[in-house]
Amino acid sequence: MDALMNFGQGIFGGVWPAVWTLIKIVLIVAPLMLGVAYLTYFERKVIGYMQQRIGPNRVGPWGLIQPIADGLKLLLKEIIVPSGSSKAVFIIAPMLAIAPALAAWAVIPFTDSLVLANIDASLLYILAITSMGVYGIILSGWASNSKYAFLGAMRSAAQMVSYEIAMGFALITVLMVAGSLNLVEIVNGQSRGQFADMGLGFLSWNWLPLLPMFLVYLISGTAELNRAPFDIAEGESEIVAGFHVEYSGMAFALFFLAEYANMILIAALTSILFLGGWLSPVGFLPDGILWMFAKMSFVLLLFLWFRATFPRYRYDLLMRLGWKVFLPLCFFWVIIVGVWMITPLNIWN
Amino acid sequence: MGSMKEVFNSLFLKELLKGMSVTGKYFFARKITVQYPEEKTPQSFRFRGLHALRRYPNGEERCIACKLCEAICPAMAITIEAEPRDDGSRRTTRYDIDLTKCIFCGFCEEACPVDAVVETRVFEYHGEKRGDLYYTKQMLLANGDRYEAEIAEDRALDAPYR
Repeated sequence: MDALMNFGQGIFGGVWPAVWTLIKIVLIVAPLMLGVAYLTYFERKVIGYMQQRIGPNRVGPWGLIQPIADGLKLLLKEIIVPSGSSKAVFIIAPMLAIAPALAAWAVIPFTDSLVLANIDASLLYILAITSMGVYGIILSGWASNSKYAFLGAMRSAAQMVSYEIAMGFALITVLMVAGSLNLVEIVNGQSRGQFADMGLGFLSWNWLPLLPMFLVYLISGTAELNRAPFDIAEGESEIVAGFHVEYSGMAFALFFLAEYANMILIAALTSILFLGGWLSPVGFLPDGILWMFAKMSFVLLLFLWFRATFPRYRYDLLMRLGWKVFLPLCFFWVIIVGVWMITPLNIWN
Repeated sequence: MGSMKEVFNSLFLKELLKGMSVTGKYFFARKITVQYPEEKTPQSFRFRGLHALRRYPNGEERCIACKLCEAICPAMAITIEAEPRDDGSRRTTRYDIDLTKCIFCGFCEEACPVDAVVETRVFEYHGEKRGDLYYTKQMLLANGDRYEAEIAEDRALDAPYR
């Protein structure tokens, strides 16, 4: 590692830190993009299996080359700009959608040392950046100058704003018990506890003591992602494809990439905040990045499973769930956890 | 007490978990996909596919230009023109079926008093240019000659029910 640093220093001189950061960014984004591609494949396979089908199996062995073929097809397709649209915004919107989805990865720790930017307010940064994603959706719906796109964008905006609140409160309980906004600290905090001392680490992770908040976070995460059963922003049976109905080719692909990158992001966050990140579930196995990936895969599988199982929520029920169920539940639980922490029964010391 | 139970059930997503267990079970169920070009589903002998015009065993075409098929065709896909032939029999000079109009209802087959126009089991055909699926009398007779064995067998199987 030192040799690499010296080598880089020698070639690039003063700009080496910037170059090194760029290399690290590529090392995160390239596997992420590959992960996105294969998440679409995985999704089609899993949902196919749950519907007694076998999913894509024609391109390459078991259809493994399918996402590459899809990507190539989208790259080669024409980007149609509707004549009534505001062209600049129409082009910018997909970029606005994907930029936050990628930027949030800057602070995600894969292990306690493997993180691009280990900043103290990383949870706050995540909240701020992921809220930006809604702009891409609103602007695309507005710029398309189509009623379906506009309806989709409006629904999506209302939905993302409502669920962000519930999600924020779920995060507040986590940072109350962790006492830190730093994601690495939050994970390290989960390695301590009565069960962890007994070698049963997975019972010390936040998901168990904060179970209702874990469920609230998982569900509002699904809603944030506009994934089924909360995909009213797309709602193909009512508003065709929602906000991206007018998009084609690579512009559409950017929305697609953003959605799936966000899925992986929420999966990573769920593993970090509630499932103990890179921590091993039992004492005799070593911690490591593989646990992180395993937990992310599990959460991603849950998202796909949800999509294969649940019908789409009706719009008013969605709002009811967000404002009348999750929000009071979160308030209640924040107080419960606060009281819990000042009693002698406090388990987060 | 009942409402407490309800709250508990909805708080811990009992019904959602039940639903997920169903899809989870189907994840491991036997897959019923038919891998089409390699595997095919069984066909009925009443399958209604590509049209054909049949001949009698002596080579004489069956069609007598009664135009019943043309009259009954709900999609108006059939066009027939007829003239008396030199030997005085009534024959078609033109018998066209536009397969892009045809809805494969099988009425022409049913209307035909001499079993001349039939629908075969063939469904794997295509056209690459506009007009490729406009079948003329020659093409239809050729179809009949090509698939006569299969057509005759299917009629024989269907005969008890007619």
